[in-house]
Amino acid sequence: MKIRVEHLSKRFGSFVAVDDVSFEVADGSLVALLGPSGSGKSTLLRILAGLESADSGQVWFDDESATDLHTRMRGVGFVFQHYALFRHLTVERNIGFGLDVRGVDKASVRRKVKELLALTGLSGLEDRYPSQLSGGQRQRVALARALAPEPKLLLLDEPFGAVDAKVREELRQWLRRLHDEVGVTSIFVTHDQEEAFAVSDRVLVVHRGRIEQNGTPMEILDNPATEFVARFVGEVNVLPASLRGDTAHSGALQAKVSGEVPAGLAHLVIRSYDLKLWREDPGVATVQRVVTFGDRVRVQALVDGAGPIVAQFPRRSSLLKNIVPGSRVQIEVTTARAYPAETSSLHPMAAAQ
Amino acid sequence: MTSTAHALAPNRAERLVRSAVVLYIALLVAVPLLALLSFGLSGGTHALVEALRSPVARSALWLTVWTSSVVAVLNTLLGTATAWVLVRYKLPGRAVLSALIDLPLAIPTLVAGLMLAVLYGPLTWLGHGLEARGMPIIFAPPGIVLALMFVTLPFVIRAVEPVLLEIDPAEEEAARILGAGPLRTFQTVFLPAIGPAALSAGIRSLGRALGEFGAIVIVAGNIPFRTLTAPVYIFGEIESGTPRAAAAVSVLLLLLALALHGLAGFIERRIGARHA
Repeated sequence: MKIRVEHLSKRFGSFVAVDDVSFEVADGSLVALLGPSGSGKSTLLRILAGLESADSGQVWFDDESATDLHTRMRGVGFVFQHYALFRHLTVERNIGFGLDVRGVDKASVRRKVKELLALTGLSGLEDRYPSQLSGGQRQRVALARALAPEPKLLLLDEPFGAVDAKVREELRQWLRRLHDEVGVTSIFVTHDQEEAFAVSDRVLVVHRGRIEQNGTPMEILDNPATEFVARFVGEVNVLPASLRGDTAHSGALQAKVSGEVPAGLAHLVIRSYDLKLWREDPGVATVQRVVTFGDRVRVQALVDGAGPIVAQFPRRSSLLKNIVPGSRVQIEVTTARAYPAETSSLHPMAAAQ
Repeated sequence: MTSTAHALAPNRAERLVRSAVVLYIALLVAVPLLALLSFGLSGGTHALVEALRSPVARSALWLTVWTSSVVAVLNTLLGTATAWVLVRYKLPGRAVLSALIDLPLAIPTLVAGLMLAVLYGPLTWLGHGLEARGMPIIFAPPGIVLALMFVTLPFVIRAVEPVLLEIDPAEEEAARILGAGPLRTFQTVFLPAIGPAALSAGIRSLGRALGEFGAIVIVAGNIPFRTLTAPVYIFGEIESGTPRAAAAVSVLLLLLALALHGLAGFIERRIGARHA
């Protein structure tokens, strides 16, 4: 099912949760709503499910208005962060609930449940109660329960937020495979960029109730539309700079930038892996720390007249030769973007890592 | 660490404290309980049955059992409904309402009885009017029921409330999204959770009602065969110097109360086990 959202807004008291949001989701695709907590992404999802009603705006399911459609009539599946399984029902009855309620005959329910148990790798657990399952198993039951009535739209609210890191990784890959198999249009909410990029076809970056960018994971990584997006995805350095033509000057550092920003004060945003740095006297910066983790090395350096930056290298990089704290280094910026300086403060935002 | 060490090798002081506690509880609860049981049964079961043969005693017991049962059922239903409203609706004046619900536990039961006697007695137009229309409250079973409902008001409400609060709102939303109507949602999400709590609290209010004396003694009028309840009967027998009849009814009430207490405890333990 194709989803279209037009000028959706929702306030809670004076707090604007969703602010004039419009987007489309293609039939059969898997889309992530990515943003920090409180950005409005969950509210957006809940409006699509009919659990919240929008103050204004329209929701279309396949060109039919779903704006005022009752939750029960929407034909959506919803997976909650904390599973929300029915504690007093077995796995089998949880999964079959949506069919049971619709008056589907017992034999058909049983068949469908069996099919979903196999699909979700839960066969043999049908008689268990939710309290007898692990977090990962509970989430798979929740997913099977949502899929049982064959929804036209599957909504997942931070589906892997409550399970531990290793299980989360497995569930992600499994969700992607499952989606490719079932093919139901799916929208999931996450604050984890890695999760959004690993699983989805498209990512909508949400911030302060607005969509900052709507694109493929590659587009968002390579062409972040706003400074917020640039800072939110991946480790970045943000330096105050003045812009002349296509060159940004930040202290002793110079960088060619892309992005259409008028000349003047700007924020220079450089990913930690878009920097080269090597030992050179006098150079432009002094190394402060060198930290190795796994196959990566992070170098923290202080750029003369600009501030601290972080660069990442593969551990075996020849550039790292002789670089120790106190070394003077030269820096070359391979890719950088500039954003108007007034859009936000220089200090790291809540979610920028 | 230290507590395990102590548990393994209790020293003298600890042994002394432990014995004192055991003695204290025994003297306070177990010994009086056994004393009544042995006195009540001292004449053999035959004497007990004989004492219960008395028509007055039987009618008093019956009155107590039926009024208490009505109270327990009403309490369970209305208490659950009240808890539901308190938790789910943001009523104005909720704090006041909540304070009023706990008040019956603080008010001396005799005073509670007097409150009802004043309101429904012949001194007010309400009591007078009801009596004139053939619906007397005071000195009639409705007064007994009302008094018992008053003293057991918080039981079910306070048992159901925390259970309702604990239910994840997402469970209800999940049921709705999956197509369940309000009734089905209640059956699936709420009833299994609050049912056992309401039931055990209802049983506890039944146990409490069976033994209530203070609230009833003024309201009921204590007319044999009509408004004399078992606890008031016990009091009357003691007053008139027939302790054996009093003991027989007491033993019966005691056994009933203990059975109800055990049943409520069993239900509560099962709820606990389910949540573990």
